[in-house]
Amino acid sequence: MNGSVLCPPANSVSLLALPARQKAFVLGFDLPSERRARLLEMGLTTGTEIQLIRVAPLGDPVEIEVRGYRLSLRKREAKGIRVACL
Amino acid sequence: MSAVVTSQTVRNIAIAGNPNSGKSTIFNALTGLRQKVGNYPGVTVERKVGRFFGSHGEPMMLLDLPGSYSLQVRAPDEAVSRDVLLGREEGTPQPDAVIVVVDASNLERNLYLVAQILDLHLPMVVVLNMMDMAERARIRIDVPALQEELGVPVLPVVATKGTGLVALKQLVSRASLARPAKRPPMPEAIEAEVRALAERLPVEPAVAFPEALLLLTLNDQALDDLAAGNPDTVRATLAAQERLRAAGVDPLCALVEARYEWINQVCHRTVHKPDAGPGLSLSDRMDHFLTHRIWGWVVFLGAMTLMFLSIFTLAQIPMGWIDSGMHALGHWLSGHLPESQLRDLIVDGAIPGVGGVLMFLPQIMILYFFLGLLEDSGYMARAAFLMDRVMSSVGLHGKSFIPLLSSFACAIPGIMAARTVENRQDRIATILIAPLMSCSARIPVYTLMIAVLLPATSALVKAGMMLGLYLLGIVTAFVLAWIFKKTLLKSETSMLLLELPPYRKPSLRSVALCMKERASLFVTRAGTVILALSVLLWALATYPKPHDPNATRAEVISHSFAGQMGRALEPAIRPLGYDWKIGIGLISSFAAREVFVGTMAIVYNVEGDMKEGTSSLRETMRAERRADGTPVFTPLVCMGLMVFYVLAMQCLSTVVIVRRETNSWRWPLFQVALFTVLAWVGAFAVFQGGRLLGFH
Repeated sequence: MNGSVLCPPANSVSLLALPARQKAFVLGFDLPSERRARLLEMGLTTGTEIQLIRVAPLGDPVEIEVRGYRLSLRKREAKGIRVACL
Repeated sequence: MSAVVTSQTVRNIAIAGNPNSGKSTIFNALTGLRQKVGNYPGVTVERKVGRFFGSHGEPMMLLDLPGSYSLQVRAPDEAVSRDVLLGREEGTPQPDAVIVVVDASNLERNLYLVAQILDLHLPMVVVLNMMDMAERARIRIDVPALQEELGVPVLPVVATKGTGLVALKQLVSRASLARPAKRPPMPEAIEAEVRALAERLPVEPAVAFPEALLLLTLNDQALDDLAAGNPDTVRATLAAQERLRAAGVDPLCALVEARYEWINQVCHRTVHKPDAGPGLSLSDRMDHFLTHRIWGWVVFLGAMTLMFLSIFTLAQIPMGWIDSGMHALGHWLSGHLPESQLRDLIVDGAIPGVGGVLMFLPQIMILYFFLGLLEDSGYMARAAFLMDRVMSSVGLHGKSFIPLLSSFACAIPGIMAARTVENRQDRIATILIAPLMSCSARIPVYTLMIAVLLPATSALVKAGMMLGLYLLGIVTAFVLAWIFKKTLLKSETSMLLLELPPYRKPSLRSVALCMKERASLFVTRAGTVILALSVLLWALATYPKPHDPNATRAEVISHSFAGQMGRALEPAIRPLGYDWKIGIGLISSFAAREVFVGTMAIVYNVEGDMKEGTSSLRETMRAERRADGTPVFTPLVCMGLMVFYVLAMQCLSTVVIVRRETNSWRWPLFQVALFTVLAWVGAFAVFQGGRLLGFH
């Protein structure tokens, strides 16, 4: 996989910066606490494996996979999810 | 409590679970159709209660809590589940036991709600639903071990097939169902604060701990709402939160992280998942196609077209039966009942009223058949995924798409579907604009007016005009939504958290149940209102009777209250180019738009069946002249009238539904006032603007 080039391990990048289906794990959030808490409750806790699956045809929202299920979020929030590659 | 008392009192069971966990399927399977749907006082949340019988025939009440990923309270509407579980919701007894439904194929996230409910320390059962899906995904769950870890009974179930439900009934009817043996661990700093706060709460020790825990995670807004009633509690909570934050602990985030940490351990010990193979799953390959930037839209538009074609064409057949059945019944009754006012009331008032309600039933059933199919198969979430960008341009989100779509059949199912929109502001905005989607009741009016306007034109031009009217409604709705979201319903752009469940074969059983449930809701909620109004309108159009007993129907209506109201209305509608006869039509269609056509037939004294009558009615209307000899139905009047019907809120059943769904008269009255003004202004602009430009 070319992921290691785009995303050096342990360096945090935005989830949106990753290519589709690149496995990564959640490091933290650049989001207001309310939104961060809602994402946490959906299972996006620190260290959880996460991947960007696809972008909707009109460019927003995006689909992610986390904890074995698929979730759709707007780019606005997805951008604030900081991840590091596996 | 003694055993005797327990066996006499009805046990109250609450059922909770994530959206898509199959909670409703279990609720329906347990209660069948013994359900009552209402609202919780003061909020716009549906309250659904059903009766069912335990293993020894003892009656139990099952309360369906709103499907939710979390018990966290961020807005008043979200407080319902928490308040019910803590026994604080007025008019709802504290449940004796809680059934928590979890999706076995998606255990990790579903266990989050379980963790929260475990913290409430109520007798509970965890139902592992969709075991078949989990098995197909080769997920192995060690049920005895999971039961051990959670400290509560765990029951594997396949709700769609009914497997395991008998055991569930047995389990919850047991009075001795224990409270959880343990609760998920939490960070020490938080636990210490929760204990300290619990001691200060003026409540029973049993609920003090969960209460304190919930308080500690509230945001400032929610605490502000509580401050008036319990200033000391709120002050203590804020101080505790402050101390935790100073120590670098965000109470809610730390708690969520700790719960998921516990879930990770539980799943590690009890769940075995296969390593993902190299290939994509079937659901993934389907999504590749169904959310493709070209094929996705082709399928989407195809599905919508198929649905509306079925609603508008397939439904014609049963609608024809209902129509002729009602006609035959009326005919038979008028031949067999002695001539009297009562006969007239039944034949001319009640039967057309009932017929008017039943006429829409086939369309609504077909609509729900498709919606049920789309929902159950998992496609609905993809439709929202595709459409979110469009909806977000006016401040709504993808979930508002389904209610608006349904409103093209009828605003009533549309408004009822708005319940799936979580954010209150978004939900109300959706409800407010839903009646602007041209519903099927407008079609007869559009058809008549297009025929009067352009009698000889091709079907293509007529279809184009029809499309134009639909677009006018849609564009107005989007502009209004944008304005509402900037002003009245201002809120921070709500977050989209849309689960995309794997596709699955829809269960016809649950689709049929959904059709049955929604159809009966429509008949009881809207039907009763339409029936009562039809009788009232019949009376308005009949009394007072003219002295001449041989008066024609046109003379009767002209002499009646409705005729008088039409004349009284004339000054208000003269700027639109209407005379008092059109005024009668507008008044009579306030209850339901399609009545306009029938009323016009009476006013212009066109006898005969409505279907045959349309062409003769069209000719009569085209020939109608004013006192000065100019035609009444000029092109501008016709167009203005169509615009009026696009925009006006002439549907009392919708008003009633909006009142029920928003739990206040404020919104429906605002809607009626706004849409009446809009309709008047629209028709005025067409008529006067057209004249200024030199048209007639």
